[in-house]
Amino acid sequence: MSNWERSSTARVVPPARPRKLAKVPFVELADGRLQGVVSSGSDIGRVYVSSVAAGSYAFACSTNNNRPCGGARGSFCNHIAALVDQAVLQYGPERVARYLKIDLPDGEPDASGLRQAMALTRPAPDDAKAAAAVFSRFLRHLAYLELAPVTTPLPEMQFFPPTRAAA
Amino acid sequence: MRTDLLTAPVDGLDEALAAVDAFDDALVAGLLRPRTSDGAGPEALAVAVAGTPLAARVAEAAGKAAAGAAGEDHFVALAAARTALLGSVHDALLIRVEQATGRSGAEGEPAAPGERQAANLLTAARAWLSDLARCGWQGLDHDVVSGAAEVVSAMLPDPALRRLATLLDGFAAELAASCPGTAMERVPVRRWADLWSRGMMLTVPGAAGAPPTGTATGRLLPLGVDLREHATAAQAQVHAVFEPADGSAPRLVRAGVSAPKPDTVVGAGIWQLLRPHMSLLAAAGEGRSMDLTDMPVTDEGDLLWSDGHARPGEPADPFATARVALPTATGPATAPLDRHPARIAVPVFLEGYSAGTEDDGTVTFTVSGTALTVDTDLIPVAGPLTPRAVATSSACIGLLRWDAGTFGIQPLAVETTVRRKVVAVHAGAWAGGTEDKVGVKGEKAATDTVKVLGERAGRLLRK
Repeated sequence: MSNWERSSTARVVPPARPRKLAKVPFVELADGRLQGVVSSGSDIGRVYVSSVAAGSYAFACSTNNNRPCGGARGSFCNHIAALVDQAVLQYGPERVARYLKIDLPDGEPDASGLRQAMALTRPAPDDAKAAAAVFSRFLRHLAYLELAPVTTPLPEMQFFPPTRAAA
Repeated sequence: MRTDLLTAPVDGLDEALAAVDAFDDALVAGLLRPRTSDGAGPEALAVAVAGTPLAARVAEAAGKAAAGAAGEDHFVALAAARTALLGSVHDALLIRVEQATGRSGAEGEPAAPGERQAANLLTAARAWLSDLARCGWQGLDHDVVSGAAEVVSAMLPDPALRRLATLLDGFAAELAASCPGTAMERVPVRRWADLWSRGMMLTVPGAAGAPPTGTATGRLLPLGVDLREHATAAQAQVHAVFEPADGSAPRLVRAGVSAPKPDTVVGAGIWQLLRPHMSLLAAAGEGRSMDLTDMPVTDEGDLLWSDGHARPGEPADPFATARVALPTATGPATAPLDRHPARIAVPVFLEGYSAGTEDDGTVTFTVSGTALTVDTDLIPVAGPLTPRAVATSSACIGLLRWDAGTFGIQPLAVETTVRRKVVAVHAGAWAGGTEDKVGVKGEKAATDTVKVLGERAGRLLRK
């Protein structure tokens, strides 16, 4: 068995890459979906909850008040496109493609290549109604900002080394 | 340093690790179904602890696990056996480190933990970890992994539960990124068993939390900063030599600050989350000592930092500290539950080595004929130290660590020659702030990230 498999501090997940959050404040690969929250271009108080399922690319987009996005009827809307683009910035194209089970087009994969590869399969709208769950994960994520730092010992962090490897 | 001792075999190590590995391998497929009795898996743990006070409970637990009928208490017993075995590995390795460095550790055992935490959350965490053990790493799916989210969210706000919460948060993120388990090309077998058993042990009420047993008054001389992070947490820990004002022997101590963070705050941006909560970070970044008055300290050598007990002192070059004060300092004790090889991080000073780079990029320091591997991947991107500077260095302050069967060095700072002048480069140089272009850019990005998230939180969180 390799050293990696017998290492207590094997690196499993590379850190996120920095990106600007103004347009898409939240992106994650979780629950079998690429999902996140996209700020509305017109109303500062409104956000869209968007998702694409791994494997089927079934997509959904609605406001946080559960109004369906007008652009996401037959195909990916601009919010979903922005979500894919920002996920590629944050996680790198390979990790996004692997999670969504996209067969990478030849050459250097990029966000538009991933979007095209998914669109070619003519994905259907997602009936899973995950918007509420995704939005609550976003709120949970925001709550991290409000958690107080501590100076008590946290020996468990010895299991979480930094890595120079990029996503 | 007697580096030759670090590469010599340690008696009993292979046997102890073989029992650990047998159990870890069983967690890959999970403990839901009955196993054929082959002396492997949980049985190997039971055999290994047969001569200890754990024997009866672990034997019963191993029997239940082999029958596919283990309950939560049985999983705790198995985690305890594994923890005890790795504790013995830790102790044997630390004796070797003491022989190699010539530094003795503290006598006696640290005080037992005192605090009791909210039992219902600990029970919920234990239930989730038990589910993981049953389904195994290959049986991972989103349903079982997402069970952690609610428990972690409920625990994080309570500082008394921060240790378990931070562990489970980082663990669950790795599991989620690896779903479904059937599609995994390789499994971090020992790592996930480590995180699992540590989590299990921390669900025992009173297991976490080291109480302060004294106070520190005197001069604190920083050696370097160890930065640790997972997607949603970061910790900066300063390793330092403490010289008590009463003239008693200098001691090795640590002081850390940790914070949960959004996963989009990364790189140099991490410092600004931590900096406001520990003035020691600025002092360490500037190369300054600090004068402590009645700072609470544990038997493990952890200062429970509070800025009110510290004020900035005279400039103190960490390399002077490493050359002069470090050899005279005594090491701390380790709490029983913290005895794990991954916990070994002993400050060392090396010079007179020849630094080399192997074909695969691995940097080594060869000291009196023995090559020590330098783990350059542990150098955080949030600082000016680079693998290249380490590979051309002539002196190094580092942490001696052990992982995957070998000792290695984590560099905290090096002296290297730039244009015929010796310069010191510190991994933690940006802890207090920086004018470096890359550092400034990283901090600006983090400021913007926090601003956007804060604005979104203000609009959405309390509606």
